[in-house]
Amino acid sequence: MKATVLVRPKHGILDPQGQAVESSLRQLGFAVDKARIGRVVDLEVEATDATAARAEVERMCEQLLANPLIESYEIELAEPQT
Amino acid sequence: MTSPQPRIGVLRFPGACDDRDAFWALAGFDAEPIFVWHTETELPDLDAVVLPGGFSYGDYLRCGAIARFAPAMEAVVDFAAGGGLVLGICNGFQILCEAGLLPGVLRRNESLSFVCRDVPLVVERSDTPFTTRCEEGQVLTIPVKHGEGNWYADDELYAELQAGRQIVLRYAEAVNGSLNDVAGVVNERGNVMGLMPHPEHAVDSLLGSADGALILSSVVESARERAVAIV
Repeated sequence: MKATVLVRPKHGILDPQGQAVESSLRQLGFAVDKARIGRVVDLEVEATDATAARAEVERMCEQLLANPLIESYEIELAEPQT
Repeated sequence: MTSPQPRIGVLRFPGACDDRDAFWALAGFDAEPIFVWHTETELPDLDAVVLPGGFSYGDYLRCGAIARFAPAMEAVVDFAAGGGLVLGICNGFQILCEAGLLPGVLRRNESLSFVCRDVPLVVERSDTPFTTRCEEGQVLTIPVKHGEGNWYADDELYAELQAGRQIVLRYAEAVNGSLNDVAGVVNERGNVMGLMPHPEHAVDSLLGSADGALILSSVVESARERAVAIV
């Protein structure tokens, strides 16, 4: 089963990358605010059903993919296309 | 009475770059440094462990995040749990934070720039095994060289660390955006310390400063006392 993990800097955590990109976008003339930069992890997980897959990916996030002190994560699951 | 040479392990991860400097500096303080390869599942008989700086495993995902799972790191976790002295320098500090041996996390520098220069550091504690040769309030000049040294803890954690006197070193000027200029912290038990500056690069006035010697020789002396106690 395919899973996508979105890892984001937690709300209120300074994100200098986001700030730098935001300021560059402004210089290009775009009216933007609050740009934040995170990370996308696409992966395939072996699991019998979506519940099991989600639980497995959650463990991955807790143990490695995100640092809970500064990052939050979201998990999206996609059924394999037949 | 002969004073034994303390045996100090220097971990080597792929992507480390300061392992030889740490080895050389420790040998200069009459320690017996011993390289420990990252795949080792057991540590040799050691009186202290140093995790040197560098870019272990390319710093992929987050700095220190992959090294934390190296077999040798599991052995270091056990060593620390048994009260062994562990010093993490730069990437070593990042690894110790990711491994949960030290509080907080090192983030990208506020400026997004790599910082490479001598910085002034204030010693907040001289009663840790890593700072016995320093004095409280003393200002040390030691170089930093990092892109991710911006230490962070949330308010609750920081208050805990303050109450427990776990902040050992602070920058005396703005360096990387680190919360309250924290440059080095120790664990609650006092046997694991991490710092972003590189004492091994400041052990001789020819290198610009010899202040790093105060920290490394403190570690060697503390390790020697332990070696004597064990003998």
